[in-house]
Order: sequence, then structure tokens, then C-alpha cells
Amino acid sequence: MAKGALISLRDIFVEFDGETILNSINLEIKNKEFVTLLGPSGCGKTTTLRIIAGFLEPNSGEVFFDGEKINGLPPHKRNVNTVFQKYALFPHLNVFENVAFGLHLKKLPKKEIEQKVKEMLAVVDMKGYEKRPVSKLSGGQQQRVAIARALVCDPAVLLLDEPLGALDLKLRKDMQIELKQIQQKTKKTFIYVTHDQEEALTMSDTVVVMNNGKIEQIGSPIDIYNEPDNAFVADFIGEANIINGTMLTDYRVKLLGTELECSDTGFEKNQPVDVVIRPEDVEILPPDDAPLKGKVTDVVFKGVHYEMQVKCKNCLWLIHSTKCSKKGETVGMYVTPDNIHIMKKLFKTANNEFETVVLACDEEANNITIDIEGKSIAVQGQCYPQGTQLKVVLPPSGIYIAGDGNGDLNETYIESVIYKGEYNEIIVESDEHKWLMQSYQDEQVATYVPICFDFTDATFEPIKGGEADEI
Amino acid sequence: MKSKKPATPYLFWMVLFTLVPFLMICYYAVTDNAGNLSLKPLSDVVFYREVYFNSFIVAVVSTAICLVLAYPLSYMLSRARKSSQRLGVMLLMLPMWMNFLLRIYGWMVLLQNNGPIDTALSLFGLDIPLIGNRGAVILGMVYEYLPFMVLPIYTVMGKIDGSLVEAASDLGANRLNVFKKVILPLSVPGIISGVTMVFVPSASTFLVAQYLGSPDDLMIGDVIEKIFISDFHTGSALSLVLMLVIVVFLIIMNKFGDEEALGV
Repeated sequence: MAKGALISLRDIFVEFDGETILNSINLEIKNKEFVTLLGPSGCGKTTTLRIIAGFLEPNSGEVFFDGEKINGLPPHKRNVNTVFQKYALFPHLNVFENVAFGLHLKKLPKKEIEQKVKEMLAVVDMKGYEKRPVSKLSGGQQQRVAIARALVCDPAVLLLDEPLGALDLKLRKDMQIELKQIQQKTKKTFIYVTHDQEEALTMSDTVVVMNNGKIEQIGSPIDIYNEPDNAFVADFIGEANIINGTMLTDYRVKLLGTELECSDTGFEKNQPVDVVIRPEDVEILPPDDAPLKGKVTDVVFKGVHYEMQVKCKNCLWLIHSTKCSKKGETVGMYVTPDNIHIMKKLFKTANNEFETVVLACDEEANNITIDIEGKSIAVQGQCYPQGTQLKVVLPPSGIYIAGDGNGDLNETYIESVIYKGEYNEIIVESDEHKWLMQSYQDEQVATYVPICFDFTDATFEPIKGGEADEI
Repeated sequence: MKSKKPATPYLFWMVLFTLVPFLMICYYAVTDNAGNLSLKPLSDVVFYREVYFNSFIVAVVSTAICLVLAYPLSYMLSRARKSSQRLGVMLLMLPMWMNFLLRIYGWMVLLQNNGPIDTALSLFGLDIPLIGNRGAVILGMVYEYLPFMVLPIYTVMGKIDGSLVEAASDLGANRLNVFKKVILPLSVPGIISGVTMVFVPSASTFLVAQYLGSPDDLMIGDVIEKIFISDFHTGSALSLVLMLVIVVFLIIMNKFGDEEALGV
């Protein structure tokens, strides 16, 4: 194992009712680090935390603490303490008794307990509240008590599960700074779970971005923001224009019909890629001096900068600029090569490719019925004999979400939704396949939707050696 | 929903069927046959002090047994899967769908001399009188009132936030300590209402002792029933005193409960 890692997770795999919650999580956490697990709800970040705390045993994989394997060790024997999402303060005890709970269990002398609780309440700014019942405290105060209760036990690691989620914005900002200060003061390792990217960037030394039970990227807040590994990270952290492009050669990318210089290498020739450009990295120039032109469709004054929407070949760009352009004006846009980030596509191919078999064929009507995951689906305008094995290439536009709730495939899981300036590019997962589709509507990640197929633009090709019956 | 109008029918009901009968009992308890003010009915109560005492003992023992049986059951039930929980509660309620008298008759048949249990025991050479004693009465009571102990405790336990249990074990509590320091204190309100719901009816119950107990060891409920047939005044006085005893008991219980709930 890596030297200096306090906690290390190896190939963690967790499954509930046949659904994969965590898929091969590998994570090393250094001593005295402030690590944030960041991701949308349902990404597995809380599950990861619960594994470290000992509330949950992974189906497979190993958990190391300071070089020792701690799988199977119950929570009360682990040198970590947790601040729970809804604080989980004991309602039958007052502030002092709540904080002293862990110390009483350690059987410390009464004097020492009093001393420690007093000190810790001072650290979290709750002096003088000892005798209050916890139900009489505000959300922020309960939060502080929960932190004190966990910290007073002097754990090597403090786990925080979305601790600021229930607070209002102002209090949240204050607590973010305070938490960071507490961490620096107490010199402890903090593992912090949140879905709020700003919170993650503000407080962390290291951010772990998670999605769908996998780690997408690990890095410092600056790395994560400036050099996102893929479109998901770019989309989740901060604002970004994510546009489909093609990598022509090293240092050359084509997007929206224009060739641009970039700083990335190592892609195949003509490989489809996601191009990520931060709104503040787009320079506004006179239209004739710039490679890309667009029409300003909206301008909003944001104080520090203007937020502009610029339409360039059907693709809507978000631009932050200190100079104001008028609505309706045509502007030129330039991005320095360093600021064009090229990423591999989340979906491995540009179209949906799958193999199927013809279940029935109606020559007169010129249509066939094919099998997709046990469902019979009719395809117009094609004619292959029954039993033919087919390879189908279906463009993303050939899949849509069933508005009436009755899809060809029901209950497909939305794995990612990324706005591509014109439409949302959505990856959904059914029982056996992943599908790439486009939608003009906003869809919610980690929900289930019914999808329909439209084979008008699909291509069909019989697979040679398939056992087609001669008719 | 601050309007008090919806409560009107209930108020009417209360006055007509609770308050008026109560006042009538008070009236009968302090008058004689001629309708004159008299302390005789109340002073006659003293003759029955042994019956009161016996009833109290039976009620306390039944309540204690119910609590001992119900607490672990509620604990297990509240931590079981949702489907098992529903099934458990259903099974618990099932006997209550039958008439109270039928259930007591059922026990009579089971426990009677040369009944199934008696016969089975005699095969082993055991000859224990199963019916006509205080044990049988307590058995009947426990059987009768166990659901009233389980349900409130189970409900309160079900409401204990799972994260409190996790928090306790996170802070270093093993399973015994989690139970002692979190689950037990938080389930006290359930215990209080369970004890109330079992003790009050079992202290004042009748018929159970008549059918399962010995004829000279009746409970106060049975005595009141018998006396009321001939003498409204003594019956009322007995009821009034029983009610007072129960009220005093409830006050003590609740005081104890408040202190416990505050963790003192």
C-alpha cells in the first residue's frame, strides 16, 4: 500500500438487491487531509463513508486503516467518528451529556470529561449551552454539538455526511469556513461528503468526484476545475460549455465545423471527443478576427461580469465577460489552445450499436419484429427472414423518452445527462445495454424512465454465418 | 384546524355517557336506599380491602409479565423487515378479532381437568391443578392484554431513528451499551403507556377470575358486578374507590416517566 495513506480502500464492491452501488472503488486518504467525496445523489458517496465508519460491510474489497485491515471491525472499535446528516443527537440527553457520551463509554474520570467537554464546546463556539436540551437548539447549534460530540473522542478521522445540508445558505457559508478552521486547528483527517461542488472546492485539499458508484476523478480543487478528466466532471464542477468535437490530429480539433488549435494529444485520428470550455475562458473579439462567430441572444449583468448566451451554429454558448455586448449583436469568439479541454466521450461509440435477431417478418407490409432484451419491437421498412442475426446501428436521435410512460423498454436508469449547447446528451442503462440518446428536455440523473426506439435512421446489416432460415 | 366545532359530538357523548354516569356513581356512593346522605356505602368498602389487595397483586404481576414478554418482542419486531413487521402485528391482533368470552372459554377448555394439557402432563406423572387458581387468572390476563403492551412499545421503538443507534456505536458503544444508553431510555414513553393500558383494565377486569380462578379468590371487578345486582350504593362506593386507586397509580407512573424521559 502507498506510504503515508491513513485509510485505503481496495476494490470495494457493494451491491443491494442486485443493484451495484459501488463498483471497484480504490481510494487512498492521507493523514491530516481534508478529503471531499463529491457527486450527485445516488452516486455512492455516503455508502463509501459508511464503509469507512463500519456501518456497512462491502460485498468484496478491503479497507485498511493505518496499514491494518479493518474489514469486519465493528464501528465502536474503529478510531473514526461520524457527524451524521441529520446530526443524530440523542434527544433524551442535554448538550453536555451528548458531547460526553463517547467519553463516558471510555470510562474517563469525571473531572477529565468535564474538562474535555468544556474545551470542545469552546472550539465549536457553544460555551454556556451545556444544560440545554438539544431539541431547543437551532439547526446550526445542533450541528456544532454534533461536531463537538464526534471530535471530543479524539478520532484519527472525522467523517462528515452532508453535515451542512439542512442549514440555510448564509449559515452554510459561515460553517464551511469554520469547519475548515476546526480541521486546521485540530489537525485531523476529515472525510466530507457533499453534493455541493462549491462546498467541495472551498474546503478540500483533495476532491474525489464520484458518479454511478465509480470514482471519476481524484485531485486538488484546482486540478478538478481546470483539468477535468471527462465531461461528467466538467459538467458537475462549475459551469462549462461541453460541445461535441472531432480530434483531427494531435493539437487540432474540429468543433462546429471549425478547426481549432488545442493543447491535447494522444487521441486517434478523427476520434469523436467532448470539448470542454469554461465560460470565463471565451474571449469576445470583433467577428472578423475570430475563428468562431455567434449571435448574442441574452445578456445578464452579474456584478463582476456579464453572463452572455451566444448562439453559434445552433449551439448555445455560455460566456462570462467583463465587456458588454448588446443583445442581437454578432460577436467573434476565441479560446486560447490551453483553455480548450479535450476529453474522451463517456459513451464509447458515437451511435448505439447492438446485435439482435429477427423474430418475425411480414414481407407484404415490409416490416420485421426484432428482439431487444426479450421485448418484441416492430421495425418498419426493413425485410429480413425470420431468425436472421442483425447488427443494428442506431443514432442517438433514434431513441427518445416515452412521454406517455409506455416505452419499448421501461425502467431504464439515467446514468448521465450532459448539456451539449443544443440538446442534452443522455446515457441510459437498461438490463443488458447502455444507450446514448438526445433530449431537448431536462432529465434527472439517477431516475428511471421508459424509452422508445425509432429505427427510421438506423442501419441494419445481417451478420455473416448467422443461422438465417432460407425461405 | 383550530375550530372546536368538530369536537361537539364528542363532547356531547362525553357528557352523556361518561360524566353523567360518573356523577350518578358519586351520588349513589354517598346515599342510602332512601336517598339520604350516608357514609355507610363508603365505610363498607373496608370489608373488601383484601379483594382490592388481591386484585392489585394480580394486576401488578400480569403487567410485569406482559412487560417482560412484550419488550423483547417489540424490539425484535421493530427491527424486522417491513413485511415481517406487518405479519407480526397481524398475528398479534388476530386473537382480538374473537370475542373476549370465547377466548376465556378457550382457555377453560385447554386448562380444565382431563383437558389436553392436563392429560399430557399426567403422562409424565405430573398432577398440577391448572385451573381454579391465581396462576390461571394471571395467564388469562397476560393472554388478554399482551397486545396492549406490545403495540405502544413497538410503535415508540419503531420511531427511534436508526442513525441514533449508529451514532451511539460510532461513539464507542457496544450492543449492550447502545441498548442501555439509547434504546431503553427512548422507549420509556412506550413502556409507560403500555403499563397503563395493561394495568388499568387488568385491575378492574371481571369474568377472567370467575372462569379461570378459584371461586373464593375473586377480583374486585367480579365483586362489583355481583354486588351491583342487589345493592347500587355499595357497588358505586367500591367502583369509586377503585377508580381513585387507579388514578393515584397513574399519577405516580407519569411522574416517574417524566423523570426518566429527562434522563435524570
